[in-house]
Amino acid sequence: MLLIDCPYCGKRPETEFRCGGQAHIARPTDPSALSDADWSEHLFVRANPRGVHAERWNHIHGCGRWFNALRDTVSDRFIETYPVGSEPTTGSHPSQGTEPTRSTQTETRA
Amino acid sequence: MLEVRYRTARTRPLARATLPAALDPGLTIRPAEAGARFSLRVRKATGTVAGLPLDGPINSLAGDDARWIARLGPDEWLIGTSETEADALAAAVASDLAGTAHALVDVSHRNVGIDVSGAKSAILLNAGCPLDLGDTAFPSGSATRTLLGKAEIVLIRWPGATPRYRVECWRSFATYVHGFLVEAGLGTTAPSKAA
Amino acid sequence: MAQPFRLPRGGRVDRTRPISFTFNGRTIEGFQGDSVASALLANGVHLVGRSFKYHRPRGILSHGSDEPSALLSVDRGRGRIDPNNRASVVEARAGLKTQSQNHWPSLEFDVGAVNDLLSPVFVAGFYYKTFMWPRKFWDKVYEPIIRGAAGLGKAPVEADPDRYANRHAHCDVLVVGAGPTGLAAALAAAKTGARVILADEGPEPGGSLLHDVTSEIDGRPAAAWLAATLADLDARENVILLPRTTVFGYYNHNHVALTERVTDHLPGATGTAPRERLWQVRAEQVVLAGGSHERPLVFADNDRPGILLAESVRVFINRYGVAPGRRIVFATNGASAYTCAHDAKAAGLDVTLVDFRTESECGPELGRLRAAGVEVLTGHTVVGSKGRKRVTGLLVAPVGSDGRCGGRRLLPCDCVGMSGGWTPAVHLFSQSRGKLAYDAARDAFLPSVSAQAERSAGAANGAYDLAACLAEGYAAGAAAAASEDRRSFTATPTATGFKPVRIMPTDADPTKQRAFVDFQNDVTAKDIKLAVREGFQSIEHVKRYTTTGMATDQGKTSNMNALGIVAGQLDKSLPGVGTTTFRPPYTPVTFGALVGPARHALFDPIRTTPIHEWAERQGAKFENVALWRRAWYFPRGSEDLHAAVARECKAVREGVGIFDASTLGKIEVVGPDAAEFMNRLYVNPWLKLEPGRCRYGLMLKEDGYILDDGVVARVSQDCFHVTTTTGGAARVLGHMEDYLQTEWPELEVFLTSTTEQWSVIALQGPKARAVIAPLVDGIDLSPEAFPHMAMRTGTICGVPTRLFRVSFTGELGFEINVPSDQAAAVWEAIFAEGQPHGITPYGTETMHVLRAEKGYIIVGQETDGTVTPDDVGLAGMIAKAKKDFVGKRSLARPDVVATGRKQLVGLVTADPKLVLDEGAQIVSDTNQPIPMRMLGHVTSSYWSPNCGRSIAMALVADGRLLMGNTLHVTTPEGFTTVTVVDPVFFDPKGERINA
Repeated sequence: MLLIDCPYCGKRPETEFRCGGQAHIARPTDPSALSDADWSEHLFVRANPRGVHAERWNHIHGCGRWFNALRDTVSDRFIETYPVGSEPTTGSHPSQGTEPTRSTQTETRA
Repeated sequence: MLEVRYRTARTRPLARATLPAALDPGLTIRPAEAGARFSLRVRKATGTVAGLPLDGPINSLAGDDARWIARLGPDEWLIGTSETEADALAAAVASDLAGTAHALVDVSHRNVGIDVSGAKSAILLNAGCPLDLGDTAFPSGSATRTLLGKAEIVLIRWPGATPRYRVECWRSFATYVHGFLVEAGLGTTAPSKAA
Repeated sequence: MAQPFRLPRGGRVDRTRPISFTFNGRTIEGFQGDSVASALLANGVHLVGRSFKYHRPRGILSHGSDEPSALLSVDRGRGRIDPNNRASVVEARAGLKTQSQNHWPSLEFDVGAVNDLLSPVFVAGFYYKTFMWPRKFWDKVYEPIIRGAAGLGKAPVEADPDRYANRHAHCDVLVVGAGPTGLAAALAAAKTGARVILADEGPEPGGSLLHDVTSEIDGRPAAAWLAATLADLDARENVILLPRTTVFGYYNHNHVALTERVTDHLPGATGTAPRERLWQVRAEQVVLAGGSHERPLVFADNDRPGILLAESVRVFINRYGVAPGRRIVFATNGASAYTCAHDAKAAGLDVTLVDFRTESECGPELGRLRAAGVEVLTGHTVVGSKGRKRVTGLLVAPVGSDGRCGGRRLLPCDCVGMSGGWTPAVHLFSQSRGKLAYDAARDAFLPSVSAQAERSAGAANGAYDLAACLAEGYAAGAAAAASEDRRSFTATPTATGFKPVRIMPTDADPTKQRAFVDFQNDVTAKDIKLAVREGFQSIEHVKRYTTTGMATDQGKTSNMNALGIVAGQLDKSLPGVGTTTFRPPYTPVTFGALVGPARHALFDPIRTTPIHEWAERQGAKFENVALWRRAWYFPRGSEDLHAAVARECKAVREGVGIFDASTLGKIEVVGPDAAEFMNRLYVNPWLKLEPGRCRYGLMLKEDGYILDDGVVARVSQDCFHVTTTTGGAARVLGHMEDYLQTEWPELEVFLTSTTEQWSVIALQGPKARAVIAPLVDGIDLSPEAFPHMAMRTGTICGVPTRLFRVSFTGELGFEINVPSDQAAAVWEAIFAEGQPHGITPYGTETMHVLRAEKGYIIVGQETDGTVTPDDVGLAGMIAKAKKDFVGKRSLARPDVVATGRKQLVGLVTADPKLVLDEGAQIVSDTNQPIPMRMLGHVTSSYWSPNCGRSIAMALVADGRLLMGNTLHVTTPEGFTTVTVVDPVFFDPKGERINA
């Protein structure tokens, strides 16, 4: 069971959390302007890196807040957790934006 | 007439809960009195509402058994008070937060409290609660939402030197939570030394 | 004479407290402190089981949890029976009934032993080679035979009567193993004030110190040091010492699982104490001090009862005061067995030692043992053993430097202690994802690179000398507690060192020899060689093909020998072959411990409403909906489901029915941006909804498919009372919070679940208004003042209410929201008031039928996560003017706008009495070739009392274009004919609702 450092509550057991998949995929401000291909990319295509992955987590059975985390998918080590809307301090990562996010991001950066 | 007949009667979920005689003597598990509860949501965590502080750390409690405020998140508080004071408290919060976007929602009937006390309280709670309940990690005056077995609870450790806890859960989970605590209270007993 | 092999003195058993238990019906006498194995040996019982495959007689190999052979069924009385208990770890106590396994008709005479004669047939991969054809034999012949023959013990058939407890715990330092290393580690960590948990699988902490009667530590006998150290630890409040506790799993982020055996060793009643307790420990640091396992020597017929591991012989003599034999031969390739021989000699037993090493390869232990008067044969191999149900002699021969054997010599004996060297117990380290490295000097894989906050020490780390173990343990414990404290210990030097040998050289044809590697799975050296010859090169494949290292012991004694043989066959180095994966659990764990309290009423929360007790008193039948238990129907007299539902359905449409809708999810959406938030989340428009009005809301996921629905009331300008489906309450709140927090943090909106704050009494039917009129204050109930889809606040029976005029039946209806603690009283008052009107309680089944008569969908029944609003005919609810809402863009996806999508329709059967099966498939032409094209399926199907016939709803490809057409639906008896109709079966104009 993972031990996850909630930015608001500190280290808490995994059972209190729910994982929300890849982070930093902003909802387009005007979805109707997107082509079918771009919308499909936004909806369905996600990275599955071997290594550091930016993920959304929700402390559902704690403070209820969503936050982001950098987790190494090989070792399960959390490099960093940080609030929604902010950037991690560790390394580079895809920034938030209105462009649909391509799946080529978040490769191994250990 | 009808008012007298119905309004005063609150049927609490654990009104008929019983404890087995074999419960660990180092433990007390008791359904709390019916009271008033409010969920307060506001983004400004400064100052006070109805005399209760908003600026306490997340996962801390202020006040006493009778009137308390638990900060459960950056913009969420659970407030407890007596039934008789409920209307006044709601009015005071509305007044104190006038002009500030907030939500004060009455959850008195949603929440059910169970008091746990005794030297082995933390061990009992740790039968289902995965948190570190040691004095350093969860000192008196702590309050947080967490889990007990398969139910979500709010766990409060009252101020004071003796270990006293409040478990609050949603009413339909009360039977499970109470049953879980009682079962855990049977499971903490040590076998007799004689063998 | 009782206990003929009990030594006159010595051991830690309490000779003043005799106990007795049974083995295969025979009474076995022992003492408090015995294991079942030691008591059996004290009584001269060596034959305790039959081997897995060949049914060979087997005895006790070891004294610990690595025991592969001596597996017993243990009956603790009162329904407490379970198989595959290791005799070496079960504590002997009064009242136990133990049984050997895997034989018929008896342990002494076992028909299955014919397999031993047929052993040339039962080679590695026997199943794979034999049960291949004919294919149709598999189900009826092969599988039943294999299943019948498989497994060792018999599973218990009665429900487990015991209690199992669970405990989460946190500590700074978790020390695994309370031998000298672990004790020193715990002591060092405890001194810093750190929270320490020290767990040991044995009944008594001490590890090797419990059977070390000659060593001294810091000038004191080892036993005295042990007692003083335990007293020290016991006196510290920051130390939890857990005997009988196996650390069995090492998971992520130092989450470690332990099972504590609380009461199995106690005779008689133990009150409410649990049988076992599962500890889930989150440790800042872990010290792994689990010791090491001794390896058997691989020689022909090395599995006879009476052949034990050398150290285990020492344990039985010193710790239990039991002689495993009177005439003992030790066979070894290393120094540690010399200590065993010394102790056996000191206990007055006849001892010979055979060492594979040459004279010059031996250390000072050789001279010392000879000086004690023991014959030592160096440079000798073991070529076989004599005896059948008990060893009677060991065949040894000198080996030349060329590996050739000299003349055989038979050493008569009744016990053999063999030692093939030591294997550090790296299981937990490996489970923690740490990397192992092969150490040639110790011929073992040792912990190398850590993946988590842990460190190994002592024998688990390859240190075998007592003083070194103590110092290493102390350093590990101190370091784990972030202390610089270090100290050395003075201790009697330990005889260490060995010369690895995979298979003992022999003068016989090795292809005819049965030299066992894995005693539990009956895997011989020959089998492993065969597997490699047949092309299996990966150790993981060899393991699965031969089954070596599998089952309850997971190869603790056998793995290194198997690895070595594979490496030799492949001419590879050991690290080149690698190890198999170490997985939890370290030793078998009971299901009870894993389940803990989560059974019966505590298996899952059973959620009930405030009306539940009333419904129970009325004799309602209940059904499970998510975690809720809801009233399903209210039978009267001898009514069955159909009769009760028919009556309830009629009553609602003709009079008035009362229904508990409290389980509906409710969310209070509050804030200045509440309407904007609703606008973005639902397909409907919300900005202009007036306070006091309701709207049926439909919510999509971003992919355009229906997520949930429910009536929403605008309570005030900045407050909405949202309802969700019963099962969708948590999902919808989570969905809302996600968008609010992560996509639209600028919106000032707050969400609070009020599902359980408000209970909901649904009153439906033409007489509904008349029933509540006398009870309601502050609300004008007239149709003009309070139309359909309105919400008013006031009081009912003096209780504050949010009164909704809504209907899920198509009748005049109210949903009366009252605070939950007062709901039962209000319900009963309404029920009393409704008596003159024939008020009828109804359950979820009637609710389903009534809404189906009206063609109302149920999310999760008509929808399945791939259904759009248009698919179910609700496209008209979508606010055309809204530029965006969650899911809107997806409604323009090519696959969503394409023709051929399944659409909601009604179906009526040609036979009005036939009720279709929900889920039944629909086709257009029953004569088409198989596989037929499925047009869709039936989503809802009922007998409709109000229509006087069966009705059904279905999702059918392009269904709305097929109105009036004939289709065919599968039934258990074949196809039946249906006509496609509009899904509104009753009151199609919808006039009744506005009554």
